[in-house]
Amino acid sequence: MAETINEVKFSDAAMAEIQRYISHYPEGRQKSALLPILHIAQAEFGGWVSPEVMDKIAEILNIQPIEVYEVATFYTMFNLKPVGKHVLEVCRTGPCCLRGAEQMIDMLKQKLNIEEGETSADGMFTLKPVECLASCGSGPMLQVRETFYENLDSEERVDAFIAHMRSLEPETPTWAK
Amino acid sequence: MGLKILTEHINVPGIETLEVYRKHGGYKSVEKAIKTMTPDEVVEEVKTSGLRGRGGAGFPTGMKWSFLAKPEGVPRYLVCNADESEPGTFKDRWFMEKNPHALIEGMITSSFALGANTSYIYIRGELLFVLRILEKAIAEAYAAGLLGKNILGSGYDLDLHVAPGGGAYICGEETALLESLEGKRGNPRNKPPFPAVKGLFQCPTVVNNVETISAVPWIVNNGGAEYAKIGIGRSTGTKLISASGNINKPGVYEIELGVPVEEFIYSEEYCGGIWKGKQLKAVVPGGSSVPILPAELILKTAAGEPRLMSYESLSDGGFVSGSMLGSGAFIVFDEDQCIVRNTWNYARFYHHESCGQCSPCREGTGWMERVLHRIEYGHGHQQDIDLLVSVAKQIEGNTICPLGDAAAWPVAAAIRHFRHEFEWHINNPQEATAPGAVYRGQPAAVTA
Repeated sequence: MAETINEVKFSDAAMAEIQRYISHYPEGRQKSALLPILHIAQAEFGGWVSPEVMDKIAEILNIQPIEVYEVATFYTMFNLKPVGKHVLEVCRTGPCCLRGAEQMIDMLKQKLNIEEGETSADGMFTLKPVECLASCGSGPMLQVRETFYENLDSEERVDAFIAHMRSLEPETPTWAK
Repeated sequence: MGLKILTEHINVPGIETLEVYRKHGGYKSVEKAIKTMTPDEVVEEVKTSGLRGRGGAGFPTGMKWSFLAKPEGVPRYLVCNADESEPGTFKDRWFMEKNPHALIEGMITSSFALGANTSYIYIRGELLFVLRILEKAIAEAYAAGLLGKNILGSGYDLDLHVAPGGGAYICGEETALLESLEGKRGNPRNKPPFPAVKGLFQCPTVVNNVETISAVPWIVNNGGAEYAKIGIGRSTGTKLISASGNINKPGVYEIELGVPVEEFIYSEEYCGGIWKGKQLKAVVPGGSSVPILPAELILKTAAGEPRLMSYESLSDGGFVSGSMLGSGAFIVFDEDQCIVRNTWNYARFYHHESCGQCSPCREGTGWMERVLHRIEYGHGHQQDIDLLVSVAKQIEGNTICPLGDAAAWPVAAAIRHFRHEFEWHINNPQEATAPGAVYRGQPAAVTA
């Protein structure tokens, strides 16, 4: 039985951004734009990159699909499975822990009723532990798309953060505006 | 107030715009260098300044520049390392976010010195919001004729681009960074050849940290000799310190190198003392990979001299009783922090971030994480401490890149200075795993 595979199509804005990155590199070095393109793809297609999206990127860059897979699997920012509407990338590294990161993570788990790596039943939140985000002076903290939420050092602030996120649509990158 | 070179205007409203930045003397070094100096003269000034790499290694910048190969007809590249990922370090992110033109000015002046016509800022992917700020500032610089063809009518051409990473600590290592910039996995390259000979796209390349490059305009404007007068001994100039942990005022501070550690921790100008009125227990002075020092050894050297914030003073005593300035990430621990838990946390970090290319690092970081985990969670064995020391030793020096060393040092140092605490965890698992339990005994004595 033939299956219909939805064709992956980048928006015009995304394609323009992709071409802009490709133009930053010398002739024949277009593969250098792979990481920027993976970021664009992730923002474009619901916060993760599927094999079909990666194949499309390989086609755009005129490289083998494996060259995209091996890169997408190496870097931790690229989600290879569907994620919730908001991916909470929580810093769990030493300096943030000195200021209560473990307590923040425990609160998030309990309030969202999920474990690390899981997505909440309503599809709203994915809890993703990550390493140091260069915000050690304002920890505990986490990142959602291109925004840092810092000093989440009390239950009131964690509650306020969750309420804020519930009212928010995923952030649109500047190139898509 | 100490002398401010990098941060003098950082709190001026609108400093992120070209107009305000120029009003405060911005881009003067570009005019001075391009119109009145030869590239070699700029390199000489940087050599004279004694400026050292601010990313962690502290290698003299002028010397690094002078190693750049210059074969006829082959492009050369300057790449700025903005991959800032060392736990405890957040100075570059803060600096670029607040004052993007300062880095761009440094990139133009430095690219001119090196004869590069295309340069890149490689920024960690988590900082896409900083990438947007930099790109906006770069667009302003192009529009003002400070980038692009025939800069300020000089005949010198330069294109400057920003490239994001994808989340990998290893890409702060310069050859892994170059691999990543070429769209590949961040596996460090074997050296030689060094990037100065074969770097980006197999062409001669210099890779410098954000803070290093941002110091160049002041050196060009005021002369290398003036810069060399600031600081202490071979630690010339100023340094951005990322202060974090259990202090009253975490944040980024620009210090003149040579400030006493005690002043840095306790004065209101800097960290403002330990939070909640607690006592100082330990400090990791240069980012998670450098040795942790107990309170008495961070405030004074083993010889009893006051410890200073400089490359030499922080490393006084070697790894027996000293540490390193590293990237200037100053992580402070109060009396209620558990050294075992923190060491396990760092070990997990390095295991997570090992690229997996070299067996000693790939396997060794996993061993260290697992052994530390079982000690922390009350299942440690008597021989585990020696096992950790042995594994750390087998990683150190046996890998392509310094990530292996960076993973081994914090474990070895924690055991060196806090062995009693590890023994307490192993001997008293029930007590040690109780919520909020912390070892209250004495740290291990320093043995030469």
